[in-house]
Amino acid sequence: MTAPVESTFGLPLRVKAAMFFRLLALQGSWNYETLNGTGLGFAMEPALTRLPGGRNGPAYRAALARQSRYFNTHPYLAGVAVGALSRAELEGVDPTRIERFRTALPGPLGSVGDRLVWASWLPFCSLVALGVYGAGGSPLAVVGTFLVLYNAGHFALRAWALHVGLSRGLNVASALGNPVLRRGPQYIACAAALVAGIALPLSLQRITGPGRALAGGIVATSLIGILLLAALRERAEGWRIALGVLAVFVLYSVLT
Amino acid sequence: MTLLETLPLALLGGLFGLDVVSFPQIMISRPIVAATAAGAFIGNPPAGLLIGVVLEMIALDTLPFGAARYPEWGSAGVVGGALFASQPAGMPGALPASVLAALLTASISGWSMVVLRRLIASRLEHLRDQLEEGSRYALVSFHLSGMTMDLLRAALVTTLAMLIFAPIVKAIVAVWGSESATSRAVVVVVVAIVAGAALWKVFHSVRYVLWFLLAGLLAWTSILVTR
Repeated sequence: MTAPVESTFGLPLRVKAAMFFRLLALQGSWNYETLNGTGLGFAMEPALTRLPGGRNGPAYRAALARQSRYFNTHPYLAGVAVGALSRAELEGVDPTRIERFRTALPGPLGSVGDRLVWASWLPFCSLVALGVYGAGGSPLAVVGTFLVLYNAGHFALRAWALHVGLSRGLNVASALGNPVLRRGPQYIACAAALVAGIALPLSLQRITGPGRALAGGIVATSLIGILLLAALRERAEGWRIALGVLAVFVLYSVLT
Repeated sequence: MTLLETLPLALLGGLFGLDVVSFPQIMISRPIVAATAAGAFIGNPPAGLLIGVVLEMIALDTLPFGAARYPEWGSAGVVGGALFASQPAGMPGALPASVLAALLTASISGWSMVVLRRLIASRLEHLRDQLEEGSRYALVSFHLSGMTMDLLRAALVTTLAMLIFAPIVKAIVAVWGSESATSRAVVVVVVAIVAGAALWKVFHSVRYVLWFLLAGLLAWTSILVTR
C-alpha cells in the first residue's frame, strides 16, 4: 500500500463536513487512558472509509485501530492532526512514520491551543461580554455578544485547522508558525487587559447597584485582596477561597 | 421544588454540562450564558444575567488548560441562575446564598466528571480487543455512549442540586440577618478579588500588559467623570 489512494483535495464535501462535525465531539469519550485518542479515530472515520475495501477492508480496520490509540491535543486544533493523519493514511504512508508523527504533534498543538484559546480568546470574549453588561446591556445583548464573538474565532480556528491538515498532510509543522498562532496570544492578552480595565469596574458598579455608601471600602478591600491573591499565584485557587468566604458569610448572616 | 418541576432544568443543565468537554464546546456552558438561560426559563432573565456575571468573574480563575481538573460551570450556571431568579426581588440574602449553592454545584459536578472519565476508561478495557481490531461499531458506540453518559451526568447533578439547594436557599433568604448593601458588597468584593487575581495570573507575563490595563482603567475613569 504505497501508491496514493486518492487525493485528499478530492475528498467529497460531505466527508469533510462529517469530519468537521465529528471534530466538535472530539472529546465525547475523553478518559484517563487514551485521552482524546478514541475521539481522533471517531473524527477520522469518514475519511478512512475511502481506503481500498471500504469499511470492511483490512486497510480501514488497521488505520482505525491505529488512530484510536492514545492521543492528546487541544480540541480546537485537533483538526490539524485529523486532516494530516487522514491524508497520510489515504496516501499509504508507512505506519511507522505515522506513529512518529502522532507522537510528535500533540505537544506543540496543545501548547499553542492552550495559549491562544483558553488563556487569551476565552477570557477576552468573557471580558467583552462583562463590558456590555457594565454598559447597561440587556441579557440578550450580553449573551449574544459573547456567543457570536467567541464562536466567530472558534469556528474559524477549527475550519483553518482541518483545511491545513488536509492540504499539507504530514508537512504541517510550518503551519504552526502562522503569525496568528505565534503572536496572537500576546495581542489578544493586551486587548483583554485594556477591556478588563473598563469592563470589570463597570460591571462591578452595576452589580453593586445605585448605593455608593460602601464604594470606598469595596475598592480598597478589593485592591488589597487582589494583591494578596496574586502574590500567592498557584498556591491558592481563587474560586475555592470565594466558596469559603461566602460559606462563612452566609453562616454569619443566618445566625445573627 | 418537585422532581417534575426540575426536569426541564435538568435537561438544560444536561445540555450545558455536555458542552463543557464533550460536545460542541461553543461555550454555552459559561455561567454568563447558562445562568441567563436558566433565569429566562424561570421568567426572570435579568436576575439570571446578574448571577451569571458574578459566576463568570469567578470562572475566570478556572480556565480549562490541558487535562486539569476544574469546576463544571454548565450545570452550576443553570442551578445558580434558576435559584436566584426564583427568589422574590430585593431579598438581601438571595445573591450570596445562590452564588454559594452554584459554587458547591460546580465543585461537585467537577468531581462527577472525574468519576465519569474513570467509568469510560473502565468501559474501554472491555472493548479493547474490538478497538484493536478496528471495529467501527465498537468505536462509534463507545464514543456515543461517553457523550450520552456525560449528558446524563450533568442532568443528574442539576436535578440533585435543585432538589437539595432550592429549599435551603429559600430558608436562608427567609432568616437572613445582614443588611442589603453589606450583603451585595461582600459578593462584589469576593468576585473582584477572584477575577482581578485570575487575570493577573493569566496575563502578567505578557509584555506591556500592565500599560494596557492602566489605559483601560483611565478610560473607565473618564466614563465615570463624564457620566
